[in-house]
Amino acid sequence: VELTALVFVPSVAAVLVLLLPRAYENLARYVALAGSLVALGISLYMFFGFDVDAQGFQYVVREDWVDIGAFNLQYFMGVDGLSMPLLVLTTVLTTASVLVSFSVTRRQRAYYALLLVLSTSVLGVFSALDFMLFFLFWELELFPMFLLIAVWGSGRKEYSATKFVLYTIAGSAFMLVAILVLAFNANTFDIEVLGRSTFSGTLLPLTWVFLFLFIGFAVKLPIFPLHTWLPDAHSDAPTAVSVMLAGVLLKMGGYGIIRMCVTILPETADDYSLWFAIIGSVSILYGAFVTLRQTDMKRLIAYSSVSHMGLVLLGISALGTTGITGATYQMLAHGLITGLLFVMVGLMYDRTHTRDIGRLGGLARQMPLWATGTVFAGFASLGLPALAGFVAEVTVFVGTFDRYEWAVLLSILGVVLSAGYILWMVERVVFGPVRPEWNELTDQRHWWEHSTVAGLAALIILLGVYPPLMTDMINPAIETIMQRVGS
Amino acid sequence: VNTIDVVGPQFAVLVTAGLVLLVDALLPQQRRLLPFLALLGLAVSAAWTASWVARDDYQTAFDGTLSLDQYAAFFYFLFAGITATVVLASIDWVNRAGRGQSEYYALVLTTCAGLMLLAAARDLITIYVALELSSIPQYILAGWGKDQRSSEAGLKYLLLGAIASSLLLYGMALLYGFAGTTSLGGIAEAVGSNGEANRSLLVVAMALLIAGFGFKMAVVPFQMWVPDVYQGAPTPVAAFLSVGSKAAAFAVVTRIFFEALGADFLSSDWANVFAVIAAISMTLGNVMAIVQTDIKRMLGYSSIAQAGNFMVGLAAISVPGDDFTLGASGVLLFVATYAFTNLGAFVAIIAISQKIGSDQIRDYAGMWRRSPLLAAALALCLISLTGIPPTAGFWAKLYVFNAGIRADLAWLVIIGVLNSMVSAYYYLGVARQMFLGDAEERESFAASPSVGFSLAVATVGVFVFGIIPMPLISVAQDAAGALDIIAR
Repeated sequence: VELTALVFVPSVAAVLVLLLPRAYENLARYVALAGSLVALGISLYMFFGFDVDAQGFQYVVREDWVDIGAFNLQYFMGVDGLSMPLLVLTTVLTTASVLVSFSVTRRQRAYYALLLVLSTSVLGVFSALDFMLFFLFWELELFPMFLLIAVWGSGRKEYSATKFVLYTIAGSAFMLVAILVLAFNANTFDIEVLGRSTFSGTLLPLTWVFLFLFIGFAVKLPIFPLHTWLPDAHSDAPTAVSVMLAGVLLKMGGYGIIRMCVTILPETADDYSLWFAIIGSVSILYGAFVTLRQTDMKRLIAYSSVSHMGLVLLGISALGTTGITGATYQMLAHGLITGLLFVMVGLMYDRTHTRDIGRLGGLARQMPLWATGTVFAGFASLGLPALAGFVAEVTVFVGTFDRYEWAVLLSILGVVLSAGYILWMVERVVFGPVRPEWNELTDQRHWWEHSTVAGLAALIILLGVYPPLMTDMINPAIETIMQRVGS
Repeated sequence: VNTIDVVGPQFAVLVTAGLVLLVDALLPQQRRLLPFLALLGLAVSAAWTASWVARDDYQTAFDGTLSLDQYAAFFYFLFAGITATVVLASIDWVNRAGRGQSEYYALVLTTCAGLMLLAAARDLITIYVALELSSIPQYILAGWGKDQRSSEAGLKYLLLGAIASSLLLYGMALLYGFAGTTSLGGIAEAVGSNGEANRSLLVVAMALLIAGFGFKMAVVPFQMWVPDVYQGAPTPVAAFLSVGSKAAAFAVVTRIFFEALGADFLSSDWANVFAVIAAISMTLGNVMAIVQTDIKRMLGYSSIAQAGNFMVGLAAISVPGDDFTLGASGVLLFVATYAFTNLGAFVAIIAISQKIGSDQIRDYAGMWRRSPLLAAALALCLISLTGIPPTAGFWAKLYVFNAGIRADLAWLVIIGVLNSMVSAYYYLGVARQMFLGDAEERESFAASPSVGFSLAVATVGVFVFGIIPMPLISVAQDAAGALDIIAR
């Protein structure tokens, strides 16, 4: 019941927002904020009520839903140590993105409604345990994303929105085929049962099934060479959407690989783990090198995301508890850190109306508070110890080192590069000679701006200094998954 | 009395058709009420069907040439609903056209009666008569418009329809020559007893049947008429053609092939043919739809592709085990969801073209600003046609593809899924125009009450069945279960 409430509270809020009369359009933000806070509250309640020692899924709801002939689709949801932290991440970032949207003035009701529906779809993806239900939530996310980018975005927004949708649809078409093939082999969509089944590969060789699933998730992650939609989508999306996109939508890819590819087809995953390592480290390095060349702040962060999400894949490649725990941790850390980075860029863009690094400079003088936040987020992104990103990187490297030593060594180069591009960006934007054209700028000053930045920063520190908060929960869940891989 | 009860639903529709003409002749001042009389007749028909379902008293009539089973009831409801929507959507257009109002509604109702008869017929002769009863009014309706294009559409439809119907007759004659009977049950027995020896004859007969019905189903290679006729015919008529006659053709093909020709050694043949036709129809329909600039033509090509989707269900007869009706119920489910989705799309187009006077997709730009509800409804229908959740169209596709995979047609399903992606391009292309395009005109407008009502019903159906599809699915399963499949 808690889980159903959590997933659909944002949708209910979305309906409420749409029902607001036009005269009260300005109230939309508060309704949306209330909705996202309720969701955040429920997720925290679930998080602290979660029994880390228990086996299996918790907060389970299971109802028969649709009989498509021969077997049922179920309304089957539940959480384990892998999905619980991601649910909290989602509600946190939903709240953050509602807060940073307070500066939006165009068609507010539709905007907030779409943002909340987006949140429902992501929450649904992280909690669905029926593969078809998972897929439905996965697809549901397209529609709000498309409109949010295409209507409220900037630049070549329609092009970017379309590209985003086409990439995702192409990926999910492959995924759907794989889902159906798996379901027809096991006569169920139940992920728990699928995870225990062995497949014969009669309809389609298992390698293909695995590959199809992987493509679907890899587009979302995204990895090289399926990443090109990401910089476009990011640079043209409104701030809140960038936060959601980088913060939680990408995680759906990583979550999918762990929950589906690795859990359901462990042998095939084992056969192809070398490719995970190769693709992961290529993404890390390629992403890092391309990031160095970016002049648009959002594109810069977007490419750094490609690099950082490569780390997730690298962590998975070892198929060990430590590595995958690290990958999950990296998803959480990256969600918060990149979320914060996009918030900072958004706050700046609201004021300067440019993200061109070449035109910015010396903002520390005009916007000291903002500059502090940005420098903090930057350091978190490059993996400063005692911040969340560092823990994740170390765990991934430690977990992968035994199996793919070379990949770790290559990837560490990526970390060095990340220090390069982040510091260089900070140096050019925050420091340097003061530019008179920005003298009129006001620093961040609204309560929603302060609370978003401070909240995210606090969480980054918390995850940096006290990893057990999450790892105690993630670790047992990953061990359960790994038992199957080992056998 | 019993016989009247059995044919009641068609009877009610036909009587209403007569009444419409009479009322027009006797009370010409009351012309405005004609469509409502037609709706009343359809409601009576549906109520009559409902009373059977409530009595759970299914029987045959006229020596078994008509079968009153759940399968027929399913289509009776469907056709009554389709026709009611078409009548509602026609009101404005007919009023504007001014002439022959009663004839128009009478022809629509006659078509409906013919379609119903097709769904219930279990005898080749009855099937043929029913087919003509539904086709001839449609030829006239297609040419109803005053412009040249409409006349061309009517003529084209008539000529090609005549050819198709003669092919069909040849096929039926061969079947009769082989079995010595025209009843589907009798043919099935004959096929069972000495069909293997006459396999080549049966194959030729089946080929002719497929060709004849293929025209009505609008599948490749019998699809050439579709875009021209859809574009030329009055839009309400095009809507009727795109769902009514297509649905009836699938109803009767499913019945003939599953009941009479369902024997294993035959079904493997025709299932392969259907699979190939399905693959080609989907691909060709979608590829051609992409390049269209006229939305009616686009929907014409897309209806060819959709027919290919239905046909996956036909090809999936060889589902093993207890689920062998999976393919048939998939066809029914798909036909039903397609019917109200496509009608919804057409009704929205009718409303929009009444205002802007154009069927060009580029003129739909910025429709969201001008009429948000219409644009949203049309977008929802297009999303459902693409098969994106949470809409009814998604479940239909999933269900049929499920049947396909179970029948070892994975290759066909893969083609189907790829085609869905292709179709997303043009379906969502229209949505994109409406939501993102820039309108030159800014004047806002709303649909007329009758059009708005039918559109609301259709889109609510698309959405509600998208979230709770189970009622529709179980009805389709029951209907398919009523098919008398001897071979199993």
